[in-house]
Amino acid sequence: MAEAEVNSYLVLGISLFMLLNSAALTVYAERRIASFIQNRVGPNRVGPFGLFQPLADVVKLLLKEDVTPIHSYRFIHTIAPIIPVVTALMTIAVIPFGEGIYVTDINAGVLYLLAVASLGVYGVTLAGWASNSKYSLLGGLRAAAQMVSYELPLGMALASVVLFVGSLSVVDVAASQEYWWYLFLNPLGAIIFIIAAFAESNRTPFDLVEAEQELVGGFHTEYSSMKFGMFFLAEYMHVVINSMLITTFFFGSYHLPFAGYWLPEMSPLAKAILDVLVFTAKTIFFIFVFIWVRWTIPRFKYNQVMNLGWSKLLPLSILNFFVIAAILFALNAA
Amino acid sequence: MLENYIPIIVLFGIAIVLAIILMSLSRLLGPYRPNKNKLNPYESGMDPVGQAKERYSIGFYLVAMEFIVFDLEVIFLYPWAVGFLDLGLEAFFAMTIFIVILFIGLWYTLKIGTLDFSMKPTLANR
Repeated sequence: MAEAEVNSYLVLGISLFMLLNSAALTVYAERRIASFIQNRVGPNRVGPFGLFQPLADVVKLLLKEDVTPIHSYRFIHTIAPIIPVVTALMTIAVIPFGEGIYVTDINAGVLYLLAVASLGVYGVTLAGWASNSKYSLLGGLRAAAQMVSYELPLGMALASVVLFVGSLSVVDVAASQEYWWYLFLNPLGAIIFIIAAFAESNRTPFDLVEAEQELVGGFHTEYSSMKFGMFFLAEYMHVVINSMLITTFFFGSYHLPFAGYWLPEMSPLAKAILDVLVFTAKTIFFIFVFIWVRWTIPRFKYNQVMNLGWSKLLPLSILNFFVIAAILFALNAA
Repeated sequence: MLENYIPIIVLFGIAIVLAIILMSLSRLLGPYRPNKNKLNPYESGMDPVGQAKERYSIGFYLVAMEFIVFDLEVIFLYPWAVGFLDLGLEAFFAMTIFIVILFIGLWYTLKIGTLDFSMKPTLANR
């Protein structure tokens, strides 16, 4: 027992460190890939290939003046940036990175993920409301309505995975994909989940929350220095986290495709290294997809976003859930 | 089982401390020279007109209400989804009825146009 606990805190420390660094690297990757797509050079001066650019940005943000606008709700304005960062960091507690490599295995892991993900809405909404600026208020309202709307299809897509697993533990979800990824068993659920994950992390084509042309900066118009930096950090951490979730729930987590059929027995250490590498590779691929989509697809109109969420994705996800339940039930009865 | 939650509490503590340190660092390192114009809310360089605490579109309230209703229904599906093979045919039919009712509610909501932001006149915003 004692050994297991040391192990879990070790995983906690390493994954926390990796998550913070991967957020910084994602910022760098986004800028380089964006410039590649737009036929520019991108940041290449600070350090080798411009790799120290995120570090320079953080130092710059730390040295800027922290302005709290007049007539704003000071207390809420100050704590709002903490919320999205904390909720993003807390998600890693239940994600398995390999066989037996996880921080903790709670029997309500999927519900925990949903709960923590929905808490992130508060940060954005409170930030918009407390700033006492019209752009911020509009951005915050849009954020609340949009994130809340896409949580329903997200929840239903996860429920359709739970049907296969018969357990709410994320570790069980990952382990049960040794033979078949849920992408193959539940393709519609995977598509719905990916779309909803994009909307939840407020990325293009769903970035109406901070639509620059209409709302200046949206909810973070009135934020400066590291308070703005926190929102920025949280956005990229959510990209990383959502890539991890897509990997975990639909793309086999740490398993290679159909690994149960052909993967030979390996020593525990080799298996652990392979698991973590496979998981990381898939996560990096989805981070790339997030960036790729951002620089490819233009932004929706607001009514289109709400329409897609409520009248297309939600009925589709409920139907998908029900059909899968009926098929599994019939197979079990037969 | 409850001891599995200890790492989560530890993580929560670390996350909050980390966030507060990051935020107070900029207070310590950055300059602080406020003046009246700097503290005004941004309104494209003009003097701000009124407060930003006025009334806003009823559509957002409706979305929030719809969300609460449907989110509860989604949460009801989870326990059944975990054990639906053991619960048998009776529970399956009960759930079918539940999902049908959920669908009727969704259909009504969409039909009446509570979630329509396209500014066309609907039953809900007329």
